[in-house]
Amino acid sequence: MAWRGTRCVGAARYSRTVAIRTAAPLAAPDAAGSAPSRPLGVEAAAGWQSFPDESGHFGRFGGRFVPEALMAALDELTEAYAQARADEAFVAELDGLLATYAGRPTPLSDAHRLTAHIGGARILLKREDLAHTGSHKVNNVLGQCLLTKRMGKTRVIAETGAGQHGVATATACALLGLECVVYMGEEDTRRQALNVARMRLLGAEVVSVASGSRTLKDAINEALRDWVATVDHTHYCIGSVMGPHPFPMMVRDFQRIIGVEARAQVLDRVGRLPDAVVACVGGGSNAMGIFHRFIPDTEVALIGCEAGGDGVATGRHAAAIAGGAPGVLHGMRTFLLQDDDGQTRVSHSISAGLDYPGIGPEHALLHETGRASYRVVDDAAAMDALGLVARTEGILVAIESAHAFAGAFDVARELGPEAIVLVSCSGRGDKDVDTAARWFSLLDEPAAASAGGDCTAPGAANADAVVATARDAGGAQR
Amino acid sequence: MTAVHRGPAEPAHPQAARGPEANGRTMDSRLDACFAAARAEGRAVLVGYLPAGYPTVDGAIAAMRAMVAAGVDVVEVGLPYSDPTMDGPVIQEAADAALRGGVTTRDVLRTVEAVADTGAPTLVMTYWNPVERYGVAAFAADLAAAGGAGAITPDLPPEEAGPWLTASAERGLDPVFLVAPSSSPARLRRVAEITGGFVYAASLMGVTGARAEVGNQAAGLVARVREVTTLPVAVGLGVSTATQAAQVATFADGVIVGSALVRVLVDGQRRGEDPQATVARVGTLAADLARGVRGTQSPVPATA
Repeated sequence: MAWRGTRCVGAARYSRTVAIRTAAPLAAPDAAGSAPSRPLGVEAAAGWQSFPDESGHFGRFGGRFVPEALMAALDELTEAYAQARADEAFVAELDGLLATYAGRPTPLSDAHRLTAHIGGARILLKREDLAHTGSHKVNNVLGQCLLTKRMGKTRVIAETGAGQHGVATATACALLGLECVVYMGEEDTRRQALNVARMRLLGAEVVSVASGSRTLKDAINEALRDWVATVDHTHYCIGSVMGPHPFPMMVRDFQRIIGVEARAQVLDRVGRLPDAVVACVGGGSNAMGIFHRFIPDTEVALIGCEAGGDGVATGRHAAAIAGGAPGVLHGMRTFLLQDDDGQTRVSHSISAGLDYPGIGPEHALLHETGRASYRVVDDAAAMDALGLVARTEGILVAIESAHAFAGAFDVARELGPEAIVLVSCSGRGDKDVDTAARWFSLLDEPAAASAGGDCTAPGAANADAVVATARDAGGAQR
Repeated sequence: MTAVHRGPAEPAHPQAARGPEANGRTMDSRLDACFAAARAEGRAVLVGYLPAGYPTVDGAIAAMRAMVAAGVDVVEVGLPYSDPTMDGPVIQEAADAALRGGVTTRDVLRTVEAVADTGAPTLVMTYWNPVERYGVAAFAADLAAAGGAGAITPDLPPEEAGPWLTASAERGLDPVFLVAPSSSPARLRRVAEITGGFVYAASLMGVTGARAEVGNQAAGLVARVREVTTLPVAVGLGVSTATQAAQVATFADGVIVGSALVRVLVDGQRRGEDPQATVARVGTLAADLARGVRGTQSPVPATA
């Protein structure tokens, strides 16, 4: 129940006292972590835990910008979530699944060789890549899919970029006997063909979205179109801390366990808090998950790494904070990439999971208040980090997570050897082997030749074949 | 916050202090007059939607003016948007093409001006972000200056509408909001309290696009709206034929047609048809629909 150790609007009646009294095993690290007296931290915590407000706002961000047709469903979800959080049986079931199915708690690894190689702060890794399905996404989907059953709904839809959230959703739906449809941009079905196959093996229908930019934002558009027509029996399982209220709050709460565990593990391992916590940010769910428990610890720097693509200056990037402006997209007000007319600009990143023009509204608030800072890591730096982590630690991380590593290397050098940097290793990189192999020219000649020389935009001829295959398979499924 | 109670005939006091949920529109807005005139004729108002900039800015203007000439009473000028989550494939295709063609918010306002010139009340139908980006007050000012009658803002819920209500009241614009079959009585009341001109009732749970039948939820929804307001109620989503328009006109004050009209333009583009011929076909469908809302449509339903 560590995941619910924070207050939220939907469960305003829910007090800290209750949380401790009903503590399940997973809450123990949190309780221990809270023990040191930090008067400033406690005050800050009180302030931060009041977000979002009653109307779902994080300061001026967040809210609900959706058609009236979805309002009833969002109200229903908000109420169902509030009740579930306060229901011992629901909490016990989720905690049970997290422990016995998802593999929580995930370990904290000391990256000795990486630390030595960088020559700066001691680097600790929170190993979400070792969670079932290979990323932190499972934390959220188990919660939302249990909630789906609780609401009496039988069908779950999801969007996916890298495919990690789609795979996690397909997994939870298989486990809980729910129908599952995953929307995925056509461009991403090509980049992440392995995950398309994984979702289909798990019994999900994968719908390739060919509208707009054919990436994550368009998959979300299509999922919203589905939801408005099927909302009576369908839950939209949003995969990040984004969308209309209550999603940014709810997904954060389900992901918060990352930071709750990590904070206790770091205290246990080194006897003090880390100096910095670093995570990659697309929508920002692993970052919100690992950040949130540390927000009251004002001495801990929280650093998010946005995807810089070819570099912010080129305009081909996915850095909503560094290169965007406040606006409204996908039901929320937040920072987003947009042109002078308010049209969404197409994002670019080698990482499908970070290739999104917006960012969760709570990150927008953390940025604006200065409690967290956001850096940009471009494609090349992320891929360098991916290779270095693989060679020094024997961990093949997701390209998304590699952005956090690249940012963390800089932070580790800036802070020096006495410091401790905690990195969110949010996912494993099996799905990215093909992209990485092309990037590093590791393929044997024939394949390498057909892949072309431009690694950031892998060979078009090859790609078309992959998309055609994915389409055929999709047709066969439907 | 207590909403200000009012009926459509309540005189407005622009100088009076207004909360964000108060509606300061004038009693004789162009939409009010339009619905009153139709009521006097014993018929429903026909509202026609086309996106600005498709196939070109001038081409869209020609099609919209043809609609009005053929009997469309109110025009919705769509503001093409990159992420039209409430639209089906036909309007998506047209909006995408318009954006690829470089249409801007200023082009949309120019379109409004050209259409409002016909005398038909002209609304902008827009997702919210382009308005926010343009500047809420500036958009209201420029829309009013272009002769616009108001705006339909489908992804702007009452909870977030404060600045828009203030700006539209200052400029005498009608802020039109949507209700859906899923709307609770409390939400119907909340939407009706802030809306101006007419309440836009979505006939079904879904996105825009032609349907074989208009949802049977539509009549029930209109009846529920009438319990909470005396504002006119117009029904949209899924209406594509004169027969459907006639059917909806039996229980609603207005009939809104979008995708069926857009499809004529899309088909014309795909076939490489002469633009004037396409515009003429838009007029033909609009005339058919106009006969529908008057209950005088030809026995053979138009196919669109």
